[in-house]
Amino acid sequence: MLSGLSALVAILAVAPWWMPPWMLFIASGALAKGMVALGLLLLLRGGLVSFGHALYFGVGAYAAGLLVLAGVKEFLLLVLLGTLATVALAVVLGAFVSRYRGIFFGLLSLALSMVFYGLLIKVQALGSSDGFNLGGIHLLGVPMQGNDGQTPTYLATLLLSVLTAIAISRFLGSRYGLLTKALRDNELRVEYLGQSVRQLVLLNYIIAAALAGLAGVLSAVSVGHIGPEMAYWTTSGEFVFMVILGGLGHVAAAFIGAGVLSAVQAVAYAVAPNSWQFIVGASLLSCIVFLPEGLWSLLRRRGQAA
Amino acid sequence: MNVALSTQGLCRNFGAVKGADNISVAFEAGTVVALIGTNGAGKTTFLNLVTGYLKPDQGTVLLGGRDITGMEPRDITRLGVARSFQIPQLFDQLTVDENLEVAETIARHTSTAAQATELTRVRALALERFGLAGQRDQLARTLPGGARKLLDIAMALVSHPSVLVLDEPTSGVSAEEKEGVVETVIELARGLNAMTLFVEHDMEVVAQYADRVLAFFEGRIIADGSASAVLDAPEVRRLIVGSALGAQGHA
Repeated sequence: MLSGLSALVAILAVAPWWMPPWMLFIASGALAKGMVALGLLLLLRGGLVSFGHALYFGVGAYAAGLLVLAGVKEFLLLVLLGTLATVALAVVLGAFVSRYRGIFFGLLSLALSMVFYGLLIKVQALGSSDGFNLGGIHLLGVPMQGNDGQTPTYLATLLLSVLTAIAISRFLGSRYGLLTKALRDNELRVEYLGQSVRQLVLLNYIIAAALAGLAGVLSAVSVGHIGPEMAYWTTSGEFVFMVILGGLGHVAAAFIGAGVLSAVQAVAYAVAPNSWQFIVGASLLSCIVFLPEGLWSLLRRRGQAA
Repeated sequence: MNVALSTQGLCRNFGAVKGADNISVAFEAGTVVALIGTNGAGKTTFLNLVTGYLKPDQGTVLLGGRDITGMEPRDITRLGVARSFQIPQLFDQLTVDENLEVAETIARHTSTAAQATELTRVRALALERFGLAGQRDQLARTLPGGARKLLDIAMALVSHPSVLVLDEPTSGVSAEEKEGVVETVIELARGLNAMTLFVEHDMEVVAQYADRVLAFFEGRIIADGSASAVLDAPEVRRLIVGSALGAQGHA
């Protein structure tokens, strides 16, 4: 399985030399969204589902946007500061949200994201419903936007995706990963063994938010434009779909879910511009019916058979 | 007396019902104490009050002289009070071994290196002595009732407690295994120098293993002493033992 994933990463690493630019653009977006799905996977492993994770995707993107407006155009700084801004917000909101479970946690997350969306729509300085463009971003002098910037942006996104996937994989293999699984099963027992459940939920929430914030920065750089729809509830729903599509079995599943959904969306839009949602919906329903444990279960079965 | 756990004037009401009515009691370290009483007498309420699941309306709970009243269960557990439950609280999607690993992992976090080695030893011992070694890779949700109960107790033991609180440890365990289970638990607890506080309906088990018995009725302690003294007390025979024997006979 590991060799298969290594081969996939190797193929993706040389994608700029075989993928057409439009496909490379979609791949950059899919990898970034895969990071958000990875964060949701972590939350779901602990039994929590957020219907408002686009909040942090939007916060990361707008933090990067505001930094660019302030004259900060270095990619590394945008990634660092954008993610830190997201973490700061997640610490504050997480202290409140981590008190809730089940549908309350999900809907509270949704409500917070919609408050942020409402704010973005209303505030003229943030471009209101139109958002605003980001230009001139570079990585140590190498342009990250325009025709010349597509490959560096893609490669940076791929590198960060692989690094975050490895980091989360290690996290899930650590004591925190074991406790997260235990948390999903029985919170009362976790407390009665001496571990704070809220602390654990908060930690997972902050990590998931950081991943979404990082993805927001990468998306903003890749697209060159940010808008309030990044924090809209349908975007949150898309992230949840991605993680359900991929399954919870492996960190790679989040990226597979994001990649497949992005590809289905792109193809459906090209084939049926007026009814593409029908094709996406039907694909998702088929997956849920025939592969309830996600696409990863298909790969796992093949791996076991081989 | 080296007091492991004590309460002073502990009260807890549930509406008009008195779950705990001015309970003041001290438990000596290393002893085995049984709580007896009919259903609704206040035994589990007392356990819930000393382990932090319930907050008292009045009164204090002291652990080795330290006031733990109103503390969260996790903090009380970290200070050395571990418990099992009337309905076993397991991680159903994890294996038997993983359940114990979770317990050890959490306990290890606040342990010294020497204590950590001891935790691993207790985990292996509990697995073996409770007959769970053969089921170590089995998901907890697939275990029969008795084994679930034992795993719940084993998890409490792995926490390396100074006070072990067991709510009906033999319920769901077969009649043949009952005494063996209690004997093993007490032996393991003594090996850890832990005081054991357990709720029990089987008076034979109580008579055989408890150093001290507390009889509860309507939230109060109506008798406190050695097993023979308490079980022979007229009030206890009339209110508790008679009904327990009746229930056993009926069952």
